[in-house]
Amino acid sequence: MTTLSTLRAKLAHAYRPFRQASRTSRVLIFIGLAIVLFYVLVAVVGAQLYEYEGTQYRVEVAPGEFEDLPQLEPPSREHPFGTTRDRFDVLGRIIGGAQLALAVMFLAVAFAMVIGVPLGLVSGYRGGRLDRVLVTVMDAIYAFPSLLLAIIISFMLTAYFEPGVVSAALAVGVVYIPQYFRVVRNHTLSVKEEPFVEAARALGAKERTILGRYVFFNVVQSVPVILTLNAADAILTLASLGFLGYGVQPPTAEWGYDVSQAITDVSSGIWWTAFWPGMAIITLVTGLTLVGEGLNDVINPLLRARGAAGKAIAGEAEEAGAEPEAAALDDAAVDRGTVPTLETGVENR
Amino acid sequence: MKGSSLRRYLLVRVALTVPMVLILLTLVFLLLRVAPGDPIKATVGARLSPEQIAERREALGLNDPILVQYGRYMAGALTGDFGDPVTDRRSVGQIIADTAPATFELAVFAMVVAVIVGVVVGALAGRLRDTPFDVGGRLFGIVIYAAPIFWLGLLAQLTFAVNLRWFPTAGRASGFDAPEEITGFYILDSIITRDWAALATTLHHLVLPGVTLGLVIGGVFVRLVRVNMLQTLRADYVEAARARGVAEGRVLFRHAFKNALVPIVTIMGLQFAILLGGAILTETVFSWPGLGAAIVGFIGSRDYSAVQGIVTFIAIVIAVVSLLIDVINGFVDPRVRY
Repeated sequence: MTTLSTLRAKLAHAYRPFRQASRTSRVLIFIGLAIVLFYVLVAVVGAQLYEYEGTQYRVEVAPGEFEDLPQLEPPSREHPFGTTRDRFDVLGRIIGGAQLALAVMFLAVAFAMVIGVPLGLVSGYRGGRLDRVLVTVMDAIYAFPSLLLAIIISFMLTAYFEPGVVSAALAVGVVYIPQYFRVVRNHTLSVKEEPFVEAARALGAKERTILGRYVFFNVVQSVPVILTLNAADAILTLASLGFLGYGVQPPTAEWGYDVSQAITDVSSGIWWTAFWPGMAIITLVTGLTLVGEGLNDVINPLLRARGAAGKAIAGEAEEAGAEPEAAALDDAAVDRGTVPTLETGVENR
Repeated sequence: MKGSSLRRYLLVRVALTVPMVLILLTLVFLLLRVAPGDPIKATVGARLSPEQIAERREALGLNDPILVQYGRYMAGALTGDFGDPVTDRRSVGQIIADTAPATFELAVFAMVVAVIVGVVVGALAGRLRDTPFDVGGRLFGIVIYAAPIFWLGLLAQLTFAVNLRWFPTAGRASGFDAPEEITGFYILDSIITRDWAALATTLHHLVLPGVTLGLVIGGVFVRLVRVNMLQTLRADYVEAARARGVAEGRVLFRHAFKNALVPIVTIMGLQFAILLGGAILTETVFSWPGLGAAIVGFIGSRDYSAVQGIVTFIAIVIAVVSLLIDVINGFVDPRVRY
């Protein structure tokens, strides 16, 4: 009973920022989540239900006897999104592309987080020379055009590996490491001065414990916004790599590569080979961005409408606690406008 | 007092840029010289005899110890010598001189479009928060950000070049249309030579790639300007200005926008710096003969030396432009100084 009620209290507590956020933000988040969920379903269930695979150009009509799929057939009942020059079914490739995009996105973001977050924690907590070196290196990576870096890394990796999901994810993900690093580091800088951290230190807690239990859970809340916005960016970067021919090995279904293959079709009036993969990229990236933007409104109280937030928080002691948290990012970074809350990301196209 | 804090700020900024450039160049060296292996074998290796390969290696200095190569690379990069490609007779410096003007013109044109779109829509969306205009502006920002630019470019080419025939499909002005080359900057060249037909053609070619790229970046700027406006519009001095009866337009642009400028100018400046490094996708789609297209070409022929040289140049440009932005911010806004 008690566990249930504490769980309920915890959930209510976790949900409270959403309640306080403006209606628009909530609507944004839910529309975004619906889109993302739809693509997850397409990737997981769609592949089971739909009869053509992305790289399939013929069907087995009798044992050992194959019949080619039609070439460049307009959307029809048999092929709802049409077929390509290589006799692939476009819908089948959209589904395959969704599987690939989600897998690469997940790996890339996880990779960046696993490296960026601990480095940020240690760098912010220890300070000193290590911190200065790491900050400079991360700034250098952050300043570098992200698509160019992704191209170079994927290019470099092809010297060692077959291009595949993992190498694509590495190329896409490296670019995000500095973002986690910065947010976590700056946040750690302020949290480590808090009395509870000092208390833990005075009680003789090990650095690992302090970082892992006390600091980590206080700084980790700034991660979800970056995470979703990076996920959106990862889809775009993967598609860009694919478009340029540095993505995964053809003919693996990949939306950007499919658009590049469709360039010659477009001028002769064949629209379906380029249209659908483009729409797939736009909708999935929009969905992820909506979630990120909405979360940002929810988590960053400075962006909440004055009226809405004021009313909801009025009388609660929370307000005092909420504002400094947003102000915790270090001042220099705020002044330089490089606080990676990322509604401000720089575009590299 | 004021002078000393500004001087201190400038000194610190310059001092911070130096290690950043060194680290960037080292990263480039590691990624493009050390990691991928032999640039000769990767490109022309199959077509040459072992003796010829050895000769080329010697000529490019690839037989020296890696540390010697590193020292030579750093010294060259800092004195403006970016090395030689394997697959092109020109030096990397010459290639940059040939392609950078095209990239520069595209970058400036796109920035103008992006800044106009971003500032106007973003400021109004911030002011009209949660109205249909705000929601529309935000949605525009999000959806255009989500659209892959190569796809938008294709769409623009199909609509405005193939179907409507308003603009050329791709490329810069060429052949008889192009101005006589003096600087390589076509706009500048056609003005110098008073060749107004060439100027018109140059601008005509710029419209499609420039507007496409500008709109996409403008979408990001809309969000940037909006968020910063929201924060300054809540400030007490804005309320005070309103209370004094200052006209709303003036409140919006003189009081709120001006104070939101530092982060906005910073990001816009960084964006411009990155554009100067070549809009890889835009240049590829529109066959725009700039730095980005050159890099893609050299990566395609696996010419590590050329890629390394061009990327080095881009890294230096970015570091210098970010330094300039910080310096400008330091002059404009005393809050930025230490």
